Amino acid sequence: MALATTSLQKRGAALADASEQLRLLRSADAVQNLPQFAEMLRPHGLLPLRPRSLATLQVNVGKMCNQACKHCHVDAGPDRQEIMTRQTMQMCLDAVDRLGAQIVDITGGAPEMNPDFRWFVEELSSRGAKVMVRCNLTIIVANPKYNDLPEFFATHRVHVVSSLPFYDAGHTDRQRGGGVFDDSITALRMLNDVGYGKDGTGLVLDLVYNPLGALLPGPQASLEKEFKRQLLTNHNVVFNALHCITNMPISRFLEFLVNSGNYERYMNTLVTSFNPVAAENVMCRDMISVGWDGQVYDCDFNQMLDLPVAGSHHHISDVTRDSLMNRAIIIDRHCFGCTAGSGSSCGGQIA
Amino acid sequence: MSYYNPTDLPKFGNISQYQPDLAAKFFEWYGAVFEEGALTQREKSLIALAVAHTVQCPYCIDAYTTDSLQKGATEQMMMEAVHVAAAIRGGASMVHAVQMMNKVDEVSM
Repeated sequence: MALATTSLQKRGAALADASEQLRLLRSADAVQNLPQFAEMLRPHGLLPLRPRSLATLQVNVGKMCNQACKHCHVDAGPDRQEIMTRQTMQMCLDAVDRLGAQIVDITGGAPEMNPDFRWFVEELSSRGAKVMVRCNLTIIVANPKYNDLPEFFATHRVHVVSSLPFYDAGHTDRQRGGGVFDDSITALRMLNDVGYGKDGTGLVLDLVYNPLGALLPGPQASLEKEFKRQLLTNHNVVFNALHCITNMPISRFLEFLVNSGNYERYMNTLVTSFNPVAAENVMCRDMISVGWDGQVYDCDFNQMLDLPVAGSHHHISDVTRDSLMNRAIIIDRHCFGCTAGSGSSCGGQIA
Repeated sequence: MSYYNPTDLPKFGNISQYQPDLAAKFFEWYGAVFEEGALTQREKSLIALAVAHTVQCPYCIDAYTTDSLQKGATEQMMMEAVHVAAAIRGGASMVHAVQMMNKVDEVSM
């Protein structure tokens, strides 16, 4: 498998710095007359943006990844060393009970590369939490020590959510690296073999589609139908649902937008496609996101922009249900990515 | 003033200024045409892309290239759609050659 790129951090790129990304997003120089996200929420009575629940605790267990995709909003890759310690995972476990979260959504990087990943899943599973893992698929075949992940996931009834930006190798590999599609298909078959994606097993395997460029995702239902047809016909692979996710204008995707001359057009498209129904249902209203070091954020995107939750408590060891439910969610121009068209969340379209 | 300015595409909706009622009818019908029906949205987008090349409308080519990609069409599908449009254009010229041949027969000894 060949890497599609290297991390902004490794390249010493200016955009590796979150404050540089925010400077660009906030600047009026790059795009004329771009409104503030808050201005768009105000007429719909959504300002300040308040949480509705703490249903999901999303935990980013590290930036280390066996892949380096061109659009990665985490700037993850094999060169990234930041991973969550078992001590911080323990704080997350304590927080699940304290905050009353029902779903724990584990992400990365490739979360499976964290040496305490399996321990964490086992602990969560024994507490009765519903566990979701964002698996990049290729990790399953990257090394023999990961080959039994499908069985491990099945044992703990993990809801597996995996990226596959297209149903063919050419498009998938362009974004995710040479050989990624073939490895992903092998991994999907291994997941199918233990029952994932199959009727009656209760083992859920969802795929994530995101556009291969400065485009909005198309209609989820129609793309799902096409993905199912193509993957079954050509590869004998089945899955449950397709989640369409819009690429956020941050990190490596932001770099692509700037370098390809698409930044202005993309931001204007996001703004003109603003959908108040999607704004009403943005995922940050029902979740919090924990970084590898235990810092708490409104979402994974705010995490990557170093924008922790408002208030005096922003570590997973000291946040409380009250402190989180009474917070105002931090918003900025990148938020237009979640409210464009049919909207976008880690669970797909929302309007 | 210049012809075919890319920034005019997002101003399409402005055509309603002079005839709002007719524009409303047009946009409602236009939207309905592209809904998923007996044809999928992707198939309709590819037809629109092919027709855009036939009517040689740069706005439509811009819009339906983006739209086809967003609907999950591949570059191969899109190029095949343009070939279909081109084949019909070429064929339309060629089939008129029968008319030419008829005329040749008519006037020839």
